[in-house]
Amino acid sequence: MTGYTEKIREIAARLLTEGKVDRVIGFRKGTVPMMNQPHYVTSPAMAGELIWDSHCGLNLANYVTDRKERIGIVAKGCDSRNLVTHIIENKIKRDQLVIIGVPCTGMVDRSKVCALVEGEITSVEESDDAITVSGNGFSKTIAKTDVLRENCAVCTHRNPVIHDEMVGEPVAEQTGVDAYASVKKVEALSPEEKWNYFEDLISTCIRCYACRNACPLCYCPTCFVDESRPQWVGKSQDPIDVRTFHLLRAYHCAGRCTDCGACETACPMGIKVREFTKKLNKDCFELYGWEAGLTLDKRPPLDVYKTDDPDDFIR
Amino acid sequence: MQNPYLPYPVRIDKIITETEDKSLKTFKFVFIRPEDEEKFAYRAGQFAELSVPGMGEIPIGIASSPTEKGFVQFTVFKTGKVTSHLHAMREGEIMGIRGPLGHPYPWETLEGKNIVIIGGGFAFTTLRSSIVFMTDPANRSKFKDIHVIYGARSPGMLLYKDELKSWAERDDMHMHITVDGTDDPDWKYHKGFVPTITEKFAPPADADTYAIICGPPIMIKFTQPVLDNLGYSHDNIIMSLENRMKCGIGICGRCNIGKDLVCKDGPVFTLAQLNAMPKEY
Amino acid sequence: MKLIKIDKKSLKEGIDKLKRTYGVFGPVREKDEFEFKALGAAEMPDFSFSNTRMSPKAIVYPQTQLMFTYSLNDADDDCRILKEVPMDERPRAVIGIRPCDALAFPLVRRNFDTPEYQDTFWVKAYEATTFVGLACNVPCGTCFCTSAGTSPFGKEGLDVLLVEDGDDLFAEALTPKGEALLETAGWTAEAGGGAEEKITALAATANEQISSTVAFDNIKNREILELYNAPFWEEEGFSCINCGTCTYVCPTCWCFDIQDETYGKSGVRMRNWDTCMSPLFTLHASGHNPRTKKVERVRQRFMHKLKYYVDKYDNGIQCVGCGRCVRLCPVNIDIRSICNKMNNFDSEACKCETASS
Repeated sequence: MTGYTEKIREIAARLLTEGKVDRVIGFRKGTVPMMNQPHYVTSPAMAGELIWDSHCGLNLANYVTDRKERIGIVAKGCDSRNLVTHIIENKIKRDQLVIIGVPCTGMVDRSKVCALVEGEITSVEESDDAITVSGNGFSKTIAKTDVLRENCAVCTHRNPVIHDEMVGEPVAEQTGVDAYASVKKVEALSPEEKWNYFEDLISTCIRCYACRNACPLCYCPTCFVDESRPQWVGKSQDPIDVRTFHLLRAYHCAGRCTDCGACETACPMGIKVREFTKKLNKDCFELYGWEAGLTLDKRPPLDVYKTDDPDDFIR
Repeated sequence: MQNPYLPYPVRIDKIITETEDKSLKTFKFVFIRPEDEEKFAYRAGQFAELSVPGMGEIPIGIASSPTEKGFVQFTVFKTGKVTSHLHAMREGEIMGIRGPLGHPYPWETLEGKNIVIIGGGFAFTTLRSSIVFMTDPANRSKFKDIHVIYGARSPGMLLYKDELKSWAERDDMHMHITVDGTDDPDWKYHKGFVPTITEKFAPPADADTYAIICGPPIMIKFTQPVLDNLGYSHDNIIMSLENRMKCGIGICGRCNIGKDLVCKDGPVFTLAQLNAMPKEY
Repeated sequence: MKLIKIDKKSLKEGIDKLKRTYGVFGPVREKDEFEFKALGAAEMPDFSFSNTRMSPKAIVYPQTQLMFTYSLNDADDDCRILKEVPMDERPRAVIGIRPCDALAFPLVRRNFDTPEYQDTFWVKAYEATTFVGLACNVPCGTCFCTSAGTSPFGKEGLDVLLVEDGDDLFAEALTPKGEALLETAGWTAEAGGGAEEKITALAATANEQISSTVAFDNIKNREILELYNAPFWEEEGFSCINCGTCTYVCPTCWCFDIQDETYGKSGVRMRNWDTCMSPLFTLHASGHNPRTKKVERVRQRFMHKLKYYVDKYDNGIQCVGCGRCVRLCPVNIDIRSICNKMNNFDSEACKCETASS
């Protein structure tokens, strides 16, 4: 991953100089360790503000929804899959985009890193496969594979599936990972255990909707939780309403979710929001052989009807 | 400690459908507890939260005048969830009102002055309150010339039609009623948009002449240059704003425009004040 | 200054005594994070925290608060008449609140407790609460309390200030409420000589560790519209996803929504925290929205905290420097950078730049 930053800046400057795009969307260095900020640059002189490291976990496809100008966008594997989904769902046109592909070896879960050290981390350095965190009186080098976000740890589409530029050679895709191991664990629970599991999972939810708003799929002009006529969902901390939000949102993402993990990365309360969407990803995979955002040529399974669609789950 | 969120219970005494499209109804409320009417002492330009248990609350300008006793009156346009429900309610039903809220028109300043009331569409409610207040026998002598310019799309869309007629017959005020257009051969008032009528009939500007304007944004947008041309100082142009509200008492933080809360610091502002505020309304 | 010394070993005894009189709240670890919770009979506040993830504002101002109940059953005499709900007005004590969070209470009081209206829910809960602070011996990198009206050992908003010194705690009662609490807990042993010096030294060390600051001295002198129309909002607001994180974790964000919920023939009117980041916040019933774009909402939040509040109350910014929004914003919008940008903004210089470029 070393050198990606320079390459991104170089491409961004070139695209802007040549007038191929009006802006380039990427990340800039955050103000706190292990945080970067989605950012845009509009002139070659600004290209130096862009960076890339293992803390670019948000999904930048979220920032092109319904935009009208020509955009250069930095995209790791999952971001590129959401750009595909966006194009299929008419949220952006392919010819508006110059996709700057970033082969990705996974993003780091900040909370996992923090849990490994005592004291506040004040600086972070990164090499290809390790990060070194230091603070008052400590310094620790951690293998990236030990602190990857859970979606990254099981990701099998690290390379952009669609791109116009590439910032490096493709990386080897992971093999032999069980993408749905966590779902299988939940599936094995009794109904009561499942209930308790999910109740505990969302017990700290403050309904800030960071998960929804960080998700490129959640672009509805008015989300069902925000509708007032009729008001489908109450607005309080009543567990019924909190549950309704999480479950329905997940269903709205069925067959569309790329497991990019932006929802979990964004959640201020550390809720494993993917536990909901992941189950539906698994169902879509098992029923329809479908993984979202891999091709522009096919519509998502819940968008289309085929006479031989499996229906044995309808009882 | 008085709970400021607790409405006074009221009974819907009378419902009058005001306009031909039935989108505007006037509700006359009577307080269930007579002492609440005393507590609800208001002045023209203030508003109240109409509170329908199970539906919510809506801020609505008070259309009755403090000189009218025994009831309070609101004219409500059917738009959202609460107003739609309210329009389906019947005489005799119980609900709540909370108020009076916000600042009235600046009556201390307005006393002894010429007053020009300019209203459009359904934003004529607190203006009605003001006209009834000023033309009350006890108050008329406190004001100099009173002009009223009021327009609606068509004759059937005018509010308070009977009162308009009686005001037009008075010789102690100048009524300029107008409609955008009509093919009614018996229409005896003006035709034309409010800004045009204002240009023709508004009295010349001087330090003793104040304009109070309420209306749809488009009317305000085109009336303001007219008043500018006539030389009205922005301190002498008084407007009433609306924004989404919940508490109505300056606490819930929703209706701010810059540092001012429309509910508590407004809804009445002079144009001079508004010029220094963001256009977030 | 009268200083009490509490041996940490006897802390439990005192807190147990307090629990007989007060509802006691304190920091506890839950799922790897600290939060303020009502302490159960066996629970103790855990002082090994830096600060809690959520601010303790919910102790006085819960995220969801019941306001009234009503009946929609025509057979009931009080059908469609809202009824007040008895409030829990028993004394409560917050043990271990940080000075920044404590300052937030008198700050938001300016909103909830005004000469014209008292928000009874907030005011009663506030008056029932005794605030026992815990000084920050080790502030963190996102703290900027020293430039936001308080300090790691700040006392404003507190009834008692506790200072940790090894196995001991020093306690200083700052108000009669605080004295009563110490009395109730049986914490009456006077600290010996040298305690005051120790505290001064600890405070100095803590102050030195505050590494970030905000400046807002110029903001007051700028016109609202000058800052409102500043060009940097577009860029600073770009990354915002308009979630409610910053507003919900903030100890000084006070905005709320009022909602009715009906179940069958009866229901409740309640209020819930709301967030100016949501387009719904300002959406008129007509469909008109004075703040349609996210950048307008980002600007609103910062203008409110750093300009409108400053102008309205002439009492500093609506921020206590706790750093929660900095740590938890999913997209790293940093109030410190924004505040400094606003403070350094000069529209004249900006015009010249544009003209020359």
